Amino acid sequence: MAGHATSLKTYFTIWIALLIFTGLTVFAARIDLGVYNAAVALTIASVKATLVALFFMHIRGTSERLTKLVVVSALFFLFLLLGLSMSDYLTRAWH
Amino acid sequence: MADSPIAVQGTSHQVHNPALLHHFAQPEQQRNAASLGMWWFLATEVMFFGGLFCSYLVYRLLYYPEFAACAKTLDWRLGATNTAVLICSSLTVVLAVWAASMARRTLLVVCLIATIILGFVFLGIKGKEYHDKFVEHHVPGPTFSFEKVPIPGHPGEYANPQRAQIYFALYFIMTGLHAIHMIIGIGIFTYLLIMAWKSRYTPKYYTPIEIGGLYWHFVDIIWIYLFPLLYLIDLHK
Repeated sequence: MAGHATSLKTYFTIWIALLIFTGLTVFAARIDLGVYNAAVALTIASVKATLVALFFMHIRGTSERLTKLVVVSALFFLFLLLGLSMSDYLTRAWH
Repeated sequence: MADSPIAVQGTSHQVHNPALLHHFAQPEQQRNAASLGMWWFLATEVMFFGGLFCSYLVYRLLYYPEFAACAKTLDWRLGATNTAVLICSSLTVVLAVWAASMARRTLLVVCLIATIILGFVFLGIKGKEYHDKFVEHHVPGPTFSFEKVPIPGHPGEYANPQRAQIYFALYFIMTGLHAIHMIIGIGIFTYLLIMAWKSRYTPKYYTPIEIGGLYWHFVDIIWIYLFPLLYLIDLHK
């Protein structure tokens, strides 16, 4: 938290990047990538979320290590939730 | 700061920061505690929305053709516009935090007002979309109607209305929960605006702006995922 070294220039750069990625995700959805359409959409969304978290929510440059622990544990439990649920649903023999 | 009263505590020669609560040793410690508390709250929010994303994932895998047909009935232009609106609001939030840290009161107030306006623009566009869904009878319930809606990429095949209803139930719960978060966010920012107007925030104490901002950015991140998941299924077909 100590000292917001992040400059205004960085904020505007991230803002432009987020808008470009939004355009990119619409563009990618309009071309046929087969099974990769969903993967591309989720990858772009994750890149955008990471940019927001790192630069707007100041995870990058924070002196507080506990903040990073919270973020990592939240993601860990989210993947646990999604991963274990999918390991069930995707291996059921139903159709 | 000129606009914050400085009290000298008892016999202590140290100048006491009025914003520092007695159970904290340093302003820095108090700030970190507040910020960490917000981060833990956001971690619980991840689990809150995580359950919905999980059920979305399960039903999308099960009823993919219907999900694609339903997503086609949404206007991706409105969804993309709302994404841009939220990204712009995240910029005004981060500028507000910067302005508070630099003692730029006017810029802070302007940024908070801009954030609130952008929040209302988002809700207005969302309201227009909800209105369209009600008119089209795409709201789950007794009046739900989804007859003869073609499945994208499969000529002559139509979506199963029962399955389509599950998509719209998830659509309304997920975007509705997100919209409730937006309304709460606008409430928080209105409070921050009033306090900023009264010059309550100084470069030494602007923690509420910071953690209010964390909340707003989180709500933005949720929408960043909702937009492609709900609007952009098989758009190319």
